[in-house]
Amino acid sequence: MNFKLKIWRQYDRNSKGKFAVYNVTDISPDMSFLEMLDAVNRNLAKKSEDVIAFDHDCREGICGSCGLYIDGRAHGPQRGVTTCELRMRHFKDGGTIIVEPWHSKAFPVIKDLVVDRTAFERIIQAGGYISVDTGSAPEASSLPVPKANAEEAMDAAACIGCGACVAACKNSSAMLFMSAKVSQLALLPQGDPERKRRVQKMVETMDREGFGLCSNTYACEQECPKKISVSHIARMNREFIRAKLF
Amino acid sequence: MRALIEFYNSSVGKKLIVGLTGFFLIAYLIIHLFGNLLLFRSDGGAAFDIYAELLPQVVVIRIIEVVLFLIFIFHIITAAYTWLLNKQARGSAYELQKKGETSALTSRTMLLSGSIVYIFLVLHMRQFWYVSRYEAGEHFSMYEVVRATLAEPVYSILYIIAMFLLGFHLKHGFQSAFQTFGLRDKKYASLIEWVGVIFWLLIPIGFASMPIYFLLNF
Ligand code: FES
Repeated sequence: MNFKLKIWRQYDRNSKGKFAVYNVTDISPDMSFLEMLDAVNRNLAKKSEDVIAFDHDCREGICGSCGLYIDGRAHGPQRGVTTCELRMRHFKDGGTIIVEPWHSKAFPVIKDLVVDRTAFERIIQAGGYISVDTGSAPEASSLPVPKANAEEAMDAAACIGCGACVAACKNSSAMLFMSAKVSQLALLPQGDPERKRRVQKMVETMDREGFGLCSNTYACEQECPKKISVSHIARMNREFIRAKLF
Repeated sequence: MRALIEFYNSSVGKKLIVGLTGFFLIAYLIIHLFGNLLLFRSDGGAAFDIYAELLPQVVVIRIIEVVLFLIFIFHIITAAYTWLLNKQARGSAYELQKKGETSALTSRTMLLSGSIVYIFLVLHMRQFWYVSRYEAGEHFSMYEVVRATLAEPVYSILYIIAMFLLGFHLKHGFQSAFQTFGLRDKKYASLIEWVGVIFWLLIPIGFASMPIYFLLNF
């Protein structure tokens, strides 16, 4: 397969970026999007040109490093996959593909397609944890959790922190990311003692980091590679109202 | 008090205010619609005229009017403010963003649909509320004012368009408010969707039926 790539190039945080066009040939339809970019980079390296910087680590959809805005969609056109899992067969042979970094005030571009997502870390640091000493693994039945709660908490915990929710949201809101953690811990007995403090601190930090306000377009749910439901946002809202007013 | 200000300053708090005020406004829509149904009585507007004359004499109505006005202003200001904050949060725009594939048009155009409804409302208040309050002389008939105004095709069509946009606004607004209140659980999502039909479809149709009625009948 052959493609014309329009890729965002930006030297560093402070410089002004622009799109550069690359033509790639002989791409196998089974290649992942990142493998395709590797091929481009190999060619650039051969010509001693500056290679395209992009984030990646596990390349199997579990680490959340590889977020690219491809052809107007976070992680490309497929539902429920990360950029590293996206295959080239989903693109039109001979077509043009636009590749951009996440756009959000809270995620500044570091270089080319790499953005600084430490704002997410700070949201988690604000309360996305349990500070009680749990000791070694206890007897399973000593802390009963209803099956439905366990399932839902697990669904929320599937978040890999890739930032697609923020990238896709027209308001650049981090509600799906933040609420997934709040919801996960609110569903489990271990999260109970700190639930009020947690949700308030996390919302406060999210606002301070410059993310936008959720207007319930639900684009995040559509773009989340782990298909995390917006019902977690509803639960987080509930937790917040309860913590603030009652 | 400090807790309330803190609440308002938070992102979730602001959205909650928009939702709550929106709810008061749609509650008023229902009452307004039922009162107006008197227009359809075939008594030459006698019942409607009595209703229109009595309404401003009730103290509670006067109070509700003021509260409603304040709520309305609060709704608009908070919503416009969040829109502004959200513009800033994006930073630079994408070269290509296929928003249509991931979200509904109604959810992305709330400021626009709301603004148009607002402009219509100013006109609406001038034409009816203001006239009935400050320009009513001897032998004043509110029914006559309504009939004359709505028989005018320019106004009638404007009314119908505004009601279409109101429906557009509420299509997203109704269920979105439940999400913000934290009540849109998976279990209730479809129920909320169905009850929403009353608000985004039936109520606007109810209001739009009035200009249509006067446009075709007289
Ligand atoms: S590289 Fe780890 S999720 Fe894509």
